[in-house]
Amino acid sequence: MATIKIPPVLRSAVGGEREISADGDNVGEILRAVVEEHPSTQAQLFGADGDLNRYVNVYLNDEDVRVLEGLATTVGVSDTLVILPAMAGGAR
Amino acid sequence: MATDLRNKPCGGRYGDIIEAIGHTPLIELKRLSPKPGVRLWVKLESRNPTGSVKDRVARALILDAEDKGLIRPGQTILEPTSGNTGISLAMICARKGYKLKVVMPDNVTPERTDLLRMYGAEIVYSEGSKGSNGAVELALDMAAKDSDYYMPYQYGNEANPNAHYNGTALEILEELDEVSAFVAGLGTGGTLMGNGRRLKEELGDKVKIVAAEPMQGEPVQGLRSLDDGFIPPIIDISLLDRKIFVTNQDAITWTRKLLDEEQLFVGVSTGAIARVAVRIAGELDEGNVVFIAADDGSKYFSSGIYTRPIEEIENLDSTVWW
Repeated sequence: MATIKIPPVLRSAVGGEREISADGDNVGEILRAVVEEHPSTQAQLFGADGDLNRYVNVYLNDEDVRVLEGLATTVGVSDTLVILPAMAGGAR
Repeated sequence: MATDLRNKPCGGRYGDIIEAIGHTPLIELKRLSPKPGVRLWVKLESRNPTGSVKDRVARALILDAEDKGLIRPGQTILEPTSGNTGISLAMICARKGYKLKVVMPDNVTPERTDLLRMYGAEIVYSEGSKGSNGAVELALDMAAKDSDYYMPYQYGNEANPNAHYNGTALEILEELDEVSAFVAGLGTGGTLMGNGRRLKEELGDKVKIVAAEPMQGEPVQGLRSLDDGFIPPIIDISLLDRKIFVTNQDAITWTRKLLDEEQLFVGVSTGAIARVAVRIAGELDEGNVVFIAADDGSKYFSSGIYTRPIEEIENLDSTVWW
């Protein structure tokens, strides 16, 4: 099972947990498993088109999956997915 | 008898401080390079007049507005920033006779406030827990309510990446015939987009464009909903080959490593960028890896990051470091 780190803005939708686990071979399968377990995450994680919400960044360990293979990016059992909100950069 | 200058070629001769922006040194970091065949280079943007890469951007934003007739002498320029762009704009506006108001999160390091005031800028603070998003939101709201403001809006203004497309990237290409990877910090996206576009045009897809981004600490992720998120309009993510986050702790560790091993006194974002650059260098067999040192360390002195153990640094996660 992969570990998924939950940002503060999403925690109320997963019962207050900072970290959860879910099964799946790729990012899409794992996030859909999260939605199945915690239905109120659906509208936050996914857009109407079924793709990732544009303001959600999902990282496989520390790399943004959007520049890998998106929802099709393969995930190993010991990998961690980190969900973060898209934020404006810092000292700019 | 005259003695020869030992630092020839010098940095050039300029009509004023604004013209002296750019032309920064490219320095090899032999100790940090993980493999003999891979050469690691830092473009030292801290050598700009106010100490950061944002001098290039601020100059481009103001010249673009002047060229388009969008600003007049004495007008107030308004810009959201958490530091460096504001400081650069403040210097340039003071020199050119514009007033400047910057909107900045209230949890940035105090040196930034001092530098802004030193150049005569007025500061409006936004809620620190909203990070840079809060500054952008407040500035957009202020600009919408008062048409006397001119907001260059670095997050959405093509003059920002163009400063690099027509400047930084050309300087790199003047020095290196081949670049395997270019690594920079992701904030507004200007550095990555401008350099990335030019380097890809000149060198093709063999050059990899790599973004290092801050993993904002939880105390600054003060969003009500993910839909409050923000993606700078100038960012075209398809130009990026890799996008890797760096925690504040790692960024500071590598900032210290740059100081201890290469004697480079740089800001926290450069530590993060260096960490990613060394990782990318380790994945290559040969080639040049170039990364950007966005600013020097003078704005971070008060935090103690250069002198104290990391575990003693206060507000590690609640400070907007970069």
